[in-house]
Amino acid sequence: MYAVEMVNIVKKFPGVLANDHVTIRVKKGEIHAIVGENGAGKSTLMNQLYGLYHPDEGEIFINGEKVTIRGPKDAIKNGIGMVHQHFMLVDTLTVAENVVLGSEPVKGLNFDMKKARQDVKDLSEKYGLFVDVDAKIEDIPVGMQQRVEIIKTLYRGANIIILDEPTAVLTPQEVEELFEIMRKLKDSGKTILFISHKLHEVMEISDRITVMRLGKVTGELETSKTNPKEIARHMVGREVVLRVTKEPHEPKEVVFEIKDLVVKDNRGLTAVNGISFNVRKGEIVGIAGVAGNGQTELVEAITGLRKIESGNIYFEGKDVTGFNPKQLRELGMAHIPEDRLKHGLIKEFEAYYNVILGQHYKYPFSNGTFLYHDNIFNYTKDLMEEFDVRPRKIDHLGGNFSGGNQQKLVVGREIKTNPKFLVVAQPTRGLDVGAIEFIHKQILKMRSLDAGILLISMELEEIFSLSDRILVMYEGEIMGEVKPEETTIEEVGLMMTGHRFEEVRRG
Amino acid sequence: MRILEAIFLVFINPLFYKITLTAATPLIFASLGGVYSEITGVVNIALEGIMLLGAFTSVLFTWLTGNVWIGVFMAVISGLALAWLHAWGSIKWAGNQVVLGTALILIAQGVTGFLMEPIFGKPGQTDFVGKVEELRIPGLADIPFIGKVFGELSPFVYMAFAAVAFSWWLIYKTRLGLRMRSVGENPEAADTLGINVYGIRYFGVLMSGVWAGLAGAYLSVGEVGHFRELMSGGRGFIALAAMILGNYNPVGAMLASLLFGASSAFANQMQSSSLIHVSATVKPLFDMIPFVLTIIVVAGFVGKSHVPKADGVPYEKEA
Repeated sequence: MYAVEMVNIVKKFPGVLANDHVTIRVKKGEIHAIVGENGAGKSTLMNQLYGLYHPDEGEIFINGEKVTIRGPKDAIKNGIGMVHQHFMLVDTLTVAENVVLGSEPVKGLNFDMKKARQDVKDLSEKYGLFVDVDAKIEDIPVGMQQRVEIIKTLYRGANIIILDEPTAVLTPQEVEELFEIMRKLKDSGKTILFISHKLHEVMEISDRITVMRLGKVTGELETSKTNPKEIARHMVGREVVLRVTKEPHEPKEVVFEIKDLVVKDNRGLTAVNGISFNVRKGEIVGIAGVAGNGQTELVEAITGLRKIESGNIYFEGKDVTGFNPKQLRELGMAHIPEDRLKHGLIKEFEAYYNVILGQHYKYPFSNGTFLYHDNIFNYTKDLMEEFDVRPRKIDHLGGNFSGGNQQKLVVGREIKTNPKFLVVAQPTRGLDVGAIEFIHKQILKMRSLDAGILLISMELEEIFSLSDRILVMYEGEIMGEVKPEETTIEEVGLMMTGHRFEEVRRG
Repeated sequence: MRILEAIFLVFINPLFYKITLTAATPLIFASLGGVYSEITGVVNIALEGIMLLGAFTSVLFTWLTGNVWIGVFMAVISGLALAWLHAWGSIKWAGNQVVLGTALILIAQGVTGFLMEPIFGKPGQTDFVGKVEELRIPGLADIPFIGKVFGELSPFVYMAFAAVAFSWWLIYKTRLGLRMRSVGENPEAADTLGINVYGIRYFGVLMSGVWAGLAGAYLSVGEVGHFRELMSGGRGFIALAAMILGNYNPVGAMLASLLFGASSAFANQMQSSSLIHVSATVKPLFDMIPFVLTIIVVAGFVGKSHVPKADGVPYEKEA
């Protein structure tokens, strides 16, 4: 008996065939993973199940019965709930109000707040989903917001729950909690559809896997009978290197150094508390740490985007403290920012303007007043070829590329400036295995060309496979420095939670 | 020192408080209109135009039928009509709400100005057509001071306060109100829960037409009994400032309207003070007081009040 059957689904968008005769069958009471690269059509498929899009062709069966889902209302009626990748919560309303919104209990003419709170409390206790019913959404952490989303589906009586990339926004601890919840839901008979492109998560939590690629299903696998390599091959359509190999490379002189750097965050609290380190040419220094331990502020201070309270920054021995981003770029610094949509590119600009940002005032792109569009177009074509940006349309808007291709544009732009020092923050956040592999290779190429590289990442895998040295950051301080070949993930994990290197080694 | 004395005398004069109430009444109605529209996510600067059209329509129908309440009712209908145009353009067609609102103001000004001659036979101002009688509350009216403030007021004043209470209840205590607020903050979220985003927004904008229409009726048949071209005189915009200062909350908007009303009353009373001589050249400076206050409020408080996140952003469904 299948809880969900979607048969021969076809969905076209202008210029794109998002789902090309997709068939997926989900058994009752299983955790079914849908994996695939960004743009493979996973979310599109699920949005049709939830009634946000309507299939051009194909049929949907719920518990064996053919259904037509015209909108979320129909989906809810059929026992389907969806937790979107970007949470669908109203920030200014409370947790209880958000949960009941659209199916509110009423008493006479009034909205029955008391019952709403009680219902949410009951659900929260029943499934072990801890939430503060009276808190406003804007005041609670992301992990709790996600639990609110899950309670929302349960409140509407969902038996089939779609989770669209639920782990993308979570810390490793929160991911574990989420998996615990998913197991509990499964035990109580719920069917879960889990969209992801993180293979180790899929291996850990799912029962069966449907793999998609370019709008088609390329594999249906039993989790217990497969391995990450096989899944990756179905996803990308070729053999993928899950962990790039790093050639030995002898670092040269110091290119970048900071001494006793102190930086405050937006609330005026000390975020970076007296950090010192250096980066040599031809070396990758990785900074590991749980998000929110001062990494963002550190990167912003280094790249001239945030005021430095005290301490100094040196570039090739020269004191550059307080330089603005343009001055730093002129010296040979480049920056791949952690949020490509906020700081990496301009969504409303065409690719060709996005790839010259920061150099737009210089020859060959401009004479200082007028832009040389021919040069810009040619440069963009070359860059898109070299960095395999798809689609290869130079006038495509920045916001219309998939995440991986947006990141390739940013990486390409920064690398093509031939920097002596490159700051790379969360370079593969939200990207699929194929794009991750490509970007890792580019970073290693810069290393072999003797650029100094500072890599900030929350993905320990990434830190370990790329870095020559690892610094671990906790509450604005460096807990210790280790070499990847001389340490373990556990050791670094301990340092990430506030234990100094000396303590960890002493045991 | 004479100026301080004059100010002191204004504040102990019951007339100052009565004028505060009467000057605040149209602002309360219109700012409520703003609240209804903007918490659902539609910017409505057309309030000024709706008020003007309401003022004209109520005079027209009072003149035609001889019954002021029919005039008031028709003002509401005209407000609904203009608000519907705004809703249609900004919700159905996702037009720019500021441009649409501006166009509607200009249309209202053009239409009312044009119709003066053919209907009333002269431009500028109509004759007296009748007005809503003030309500004298026996007993209350006889109490010293308080009686002079509250004892004899237009029924519109009481209606305005009742409208505030009703709106507060509707927006914060009912299911519809919760949905209105959600649609103005995150229409996508509301949509995924099966809430009719367009329907709720239509409701918000149409209700703004009802309230602003009443505000307009008060300006003409409620207060003076005639219509004068451009008689709304920027009060639609002051109402928007009151809505912002009031943090998009009916009660807050009412308090802010009272503040603006007080500033008008203050300007009015100072000009007629016998202690200081206000020459004709200086008079316009006094009339500016509410508008100066508006600038201070908008500049000083806009950052601090919570603007509905989707305010002014048309909601367009994907495929």
